[in-house]
Amino acid sequence: MAYALQQLINGITLGMIYGLIAVGYTMVYGIIGMINFAHGDVFMIGSFLSLIAITALTAMGISSVPLMLALTLVFAAVVAGIYGWSIERIAYRPLRGSFRLAPLISAIGMSIALQNFVQVSQGARNKSMPSLIPGALKIFEQDGFVVQLTWMQIVIFVVTLTLLVIFTWLVTKTSLGRAMRACEQDMKMASLLGIDTNFTISVTFVIGAALAAVAGMMFLLYYGSIDFYIGFVAGVKAFTAAVLGGVGSLPGAVIGGLLIGLIEAFWSGYASAQYKDVAAFSVLIIVLIVMPTGLLGRADVEKV
Amino acid sequence: MIAALKDAGFSALIAFGLFFAMVGLQTNVASNGSMELVQHWDAVAMLVGATFVGRLALVLWKARRASTAIVAQVKPSRFAGAGKFLAPVLLILAFLLPIFGSRYAIDTGILVMTYVMLGWGLNIVVGLAGLLDLGYVAFYAVGAYSYALLAQNFGLGFWTCLPLAGLLAAFWGMLLGFPVLRLRGDYLAIVTLAFGEIIRVVLINWTELTGGPNGISGIPRPTLFGLTFTAGGGEGSFSDFFGLEPSLTYRVAFLYYVIFGLALLTNWVSVRLRRLPLGRAWEALREDEIACRALGINVTVTKLTAFAIGAAFAGFAGAFFATRSAFISPESFTFIESAIVLAIVVLGGLGSQIGTALAAIVMIGGGELFRDFAEYRMLIFGVALVVVMVTRPRGLVSGRTPSVSLGKAQLIGSDMISQGHG
Repeated sequence: MAYALQQLINGITLGMIYGLIAVGYTMVYGIIGMINFAHGDVFMIGSFLSLIAITALTAMGISSVPLMLALTLVFAAVVAGIYGWSIERIAYRPLRGSFRLAPLISAIGMSIALQNFVQVSQGARNKSMPSLIPGALKIFEQDGFVVQLTWMQIVIFVVTLTLLVIFTWLVTKTSLGRAMRACEQDMKMASLLGIDTNFTISVTFVIGAALAAVAGMMFLLYYGSIDFYIGFVAGVKAFTAAVLGGVGSLPGAVIGGLLIGLIEAFWSGYASAQYKDVAAFSVLIIVLIVMPTGLLGRADVEKV
Repeated sequence: MIAALKDAGFSALIAFGLFFAMVGLQTNVASNGSMELVQHWDAVAMLVGATFVGRLALVLWKARRASTAIVAQVKPSRFAGAGKFLAPVLLILAFLLPIFGSRYAIDTGILVMTYVMLGWGLNIVVGLAGLLDLGYVAFYAVGAYSYALLAQNFGLGFWTCLPLAGLLAAFWGMLLGFPVLRLRGDYLAIVTLAFGEIIRVVLINWTELTGGPNGISGIPRPTLFGLTFTAGGGEGSFSDFFGLEPSLTYRVAFLYYVIFGLALLTNWVSVRLRRLPLGRAWEALREDEIACRALGINVTVTKLTAFAIGAAFAGFAGAFFATRSAFISPESFTFIESAIVLAIVVLGGLGSQIGTALAAIVMIGGGELFRDFAEYRMLIFGVALVVVMVTRPRGLVSGRTPSVSLGKAQLIGSDMISQGHG
């Protein structure tokens, strides 16, 4: 019981990180109907940016942890936003309206390029960092097993939930969000009605990249160790989460992320930690066979 | 001019935003174990400057081109008609390579030929049947491990195992095919990717069977009708039988001809299959699945055969890979391999045999040119992929001759081909 509760807490933490990345996938897929394969690498770049910021701020002598986290978050989100914008501008926009495989290949190329760019510029070695917020909240103890919620996990919950609330507000209540939803429904019609579709798509990429960068920062703080390759596995799992929740659905992405995180945590806790990726991917395959549109996705009706 | 300068300045500003932290501040583990930052402002300045100049040149060049050529004409690709004479020339060159080429050239030739074969194999799945497969390397791995395990545990030779490896890979292809029958497009892509990753994770962790991350070494080399290719010559070896000076070059040349033959077999089978009802059903499926169903084509069988036949060729190539390098480990079967093969197929122009071969030569052979810059090799590869895709999204050979036509077959321009829905 106690062990299961602990796995639940760990799973939700992990799921929050996947959910944040999955939101970026699902938004881009919803608007331009392509898998942004480089999204996982933006997440990786976000975690490197956070590491750089934290190291720089420490060197500057800023010791207040909340201030440091806030500055790091803003820095990582802004710079990753520039990455998201540039990726769309360079690799995807010229291919809009081309046949489907073209942007996907371009995205795979971008992903390879980004990975190796970080490997060259930051080095191939694993980077690690001591925990900024040590300590934990003991929830209860049973048969000598302590169920605990670390402060770091609380920070992850709070930051993720805050961002998701802001993001939901942005999409549902602002004119920008309305433009995004309009583009998602019908790009041509939206542009006829005076929506700057290029701008809307760019903003979507920037927001997605910023969220991924925050996820990268959380990943760095939670695990304390990153390398240039983390983006691939995290990206595939986040995409799995997006598909699981129904591609194009924002709450679906978060729910899918939580499910993938829980599956992974419980599978590592009870079955085998080595095969946790197999568990996550098998769930993806099973879900797609049973309900190809995901949990909250709309069925695509094809008109002939 | 002012506008161009402004544009370039903006690009330089963006480049500064991209690079000042990631390049300018390198995180490094200090001697006391904590992180420190190493500053590289010279590299940032160079990158920003290069972006400024590059963007300026691009904008000016585009402006000039726009003023001279008013309407870009829709014309079939320059390479499209080249297939007629290019193919025999390439074939003869490929055949003569081991006779005139150096050891290094033959080795590179083997590598390129392996990718040509993989490309042609994947072309059946992606180019002909229109099923986007991002886990093709899984079948390559199945072929390689099939041969390695059969040879090590049962002492079977390469030529016995080759068809077995193909069969086993085809079986796995069917196994993957069944669950994904209902999926289309990107969903299919992500499931095949997940399948490839599952196979790799199992190979890493099933240590008793596969040796885990250490892989399998000492895989036997192929023989030519019982003649071995050992370095020292000796009884029953190729050099002994023909009375030649023992040399490893014979083995390399022999391996080259083996993969050359296998690649030609792949090409021959897929060209023949295109003319069969099955091949026509594949191409029809690629263009429109619903119309296929309406016309009574058995979509299940059509998709499964495409997966199985494509996988079988990957299995052959995998068995060859195992025997060539005598050592395999899960590291050789990462997603990046699938991506490279898919990139070859797409860059070659989907469905074009000669295009795939050209793309493999350009990408793998071109990659060899950058071997001295090992660190930057994959970076350049990724950037090149994006650049080629943006400038020539339809690939090198983008036109297509229909496989069935009334009267004389005419080349169709790339803009007339709709594909990649499936």
